[in-house]
Amino acid sequence: MAAVTPLLVTRGLSRQFGGLKAVDAVDFELQQGEIRAIIGPNGAGKTTFVSLVCGRVLPSSGRVEFDGADISRLPPHRRTRLGIAYTFQITSVFLNLSAYDNVALAAQRRHGASGSAGLDADVRAALARVGLSDRSEELARNLSYGHQRLLEIAMGLALKPRLLILDEPTQGLSDGEIANFVALVREIAAEATVLLIEHNMHVVMELAQKITVMNFGRILAEGTPADIRANTAVQDAYLGTGSDG
Amino acid sequence: MRGAISVRIVLLHVAVVAVLFLLQFVLPTYHHGVMARVMVLAVFAMGYNLLFGYTGLLSLGHAMFFCAGLYGAGLTVYHLDWAVAPAFLAGLASGLALSVGVGVLVLRTTGPAFLIVTLMFGQIFYLLTLYFAEYTRGDDGIVLSQAMRRLQFGDTVIDLTNPANRYMAAWILFSVVLFITLALVRAPFGRVLIAIRENEERTRMLGYDTFVSKLAAMVASGVICAAAGAAYALLFGYAGASFAEVHFSILPLLWVLVGGAATVLGPILGTLLMFYLVDYSNDILNAYFQGWNLSYLGVVGVALVLLILFFPKGLLGSVRERWVKWLP
Repeated sequence: MAAVTPLLVTRGLSRQFGGLKAVDAVDFELQQGEIRAIIGPNGAGKTTFVSLVCGRVLPSSGRVEFDGADISRLPPHRRTRLGIAYTFQITSVFLNLSAYDNVALAAQRRHGASGSAGLDADVRAALARVGLSDRSEELARNLSYGHQRLLEIAMGLALKPRLLILDEPTQGLSDGEIANFVALVREIAAEATVLLIEHNMHVVMELAQKITVMNFGRILAEGTPADIRANTAVQDAYLGTGSDG
Repeated sequence: MRGAISVRIVLLHVAVVAVLFLLQFVLPTYHHGVMARVMVLAVFAMGYNLLFGYTGLLSLGHAMFFCAGLYGAGLTVYHLDWAVAPAFLAGLASGLALSVGVGVLVLRTTGPAFLIVTLMFGQIFYLLTLYFAEYTRGDDGIVLSQAMRRLQFGDTVIDLTNPANRYMAAWILFSVVLFITLALVRAPFGRVLIAIRENEERTRMLGYDTFVSKLAAMVASGVICAAAGAAYALLFGYAGASFAEVHFSILPLLWVLVGGAATVLGPILGTLLMFYLVDYSNDILNAYFQGWNLSYLGVVGVALVLLILFFPKGLLGSVRERWVKWLP
């Protein structure tokens, strides 16, 4: 592992909103092929941190490197083209478009102006993977919340990302849907590196190879699920305080 | 809704174009003239619809693109003795140059600011047409004589002041722009424009440079509007500053809203209905309410209120929502 360049590196990454240090000098590394979970209490800076990675928010200071290249100043669409896909915490599918068109939007950029046969195959494959094949013509607004979350993930998959960032993907899902989701992420991880913000500890413990705990904009602890469970600082800050998200 | 264009969609649009073609043989003289004018103005509305309906950008300065074509064609014919065909191309080129230049500046804004900035650019354009009255003759405008409006192909000369030729020219322009619009909005490019309208940040996070897409929409819209303006100058022989006034930016918005924003056939329907609504309101007010001091604008206003009540998405927009889901 030591010789391999990590897929994602941040160095001294900070973002201030007024007087609030939402993300404070974070040094972070993510290896290719990993499933990493970021946990922490509400307001710990998790979403701001991944927003800095995908470019929705620009850093106050520090740098982001993707695959060895500095991407700190790249606009978000350029980062997406490099292979960073972000699925939103608040469901953000195109409500007035069909499920098919939602996924096609994600897939068609790679296909250029015409290649519609390959595009169609890609779109159908992504929909099939999340189990939405029979709903492809339905307007996104008519899908159930759980299906909209799955559609969001299908859009992420259709981008064929190298790094897929999932921001609270299981929020609002039923237990059955969560079980399917866990299986789906395992499948995705065979091709892409997954960075997961998650409140559901069961999902985190089951999926993540490593866990990063954030609190007050800083990294509080990092380690395997077993390490994190045993870490008293984490227990104080997060697990033990009764806030189970 | 699928990216590909299905057979029934093509058939519907071919049928509309065919009906418009056949109408010229049955319409009385007056309505024959109206239809030619309406088809040209519908091209203006289709250009507007591309930016407003599909991309979700509300411009209040589109008269400047119409006038870029109007003057681009009119002035070259009038002052430089250009023939009709190169003058038409000059009109398109003016629209292209203006929409690129204005687009780069106004697309730095969004929402209400976009509306105000486009309005300002439209007003600047209007004032320039007055400032250069030496060439444009300002509000009086320039009149292109019959001799200037001859389209020549080899030995064949087509006189564009002849109503039949004029109708055909307007019909060809309308048909070409209709199918270009249809192809654009059903292509992946059209899907991106709709996505920008629905949620620009999400579109950006899917890897699209939305500024470039919006600029492309602006330029396509500007060139189509300029084509309408150039055709108007050459077919109807007049180019005046009144076409650059703000009300001529609001009209295409109105036509598109009536017909149905983001529908391919909405612009022609809206333009046609509004034209006859204004026309007949005047007739009826003059015939039955003389001395009441009523304006046709009141009738138009009532009609628009009814439309908003019963067809909030415009005629074809509401038809699509309720009955014909596949309508592009």
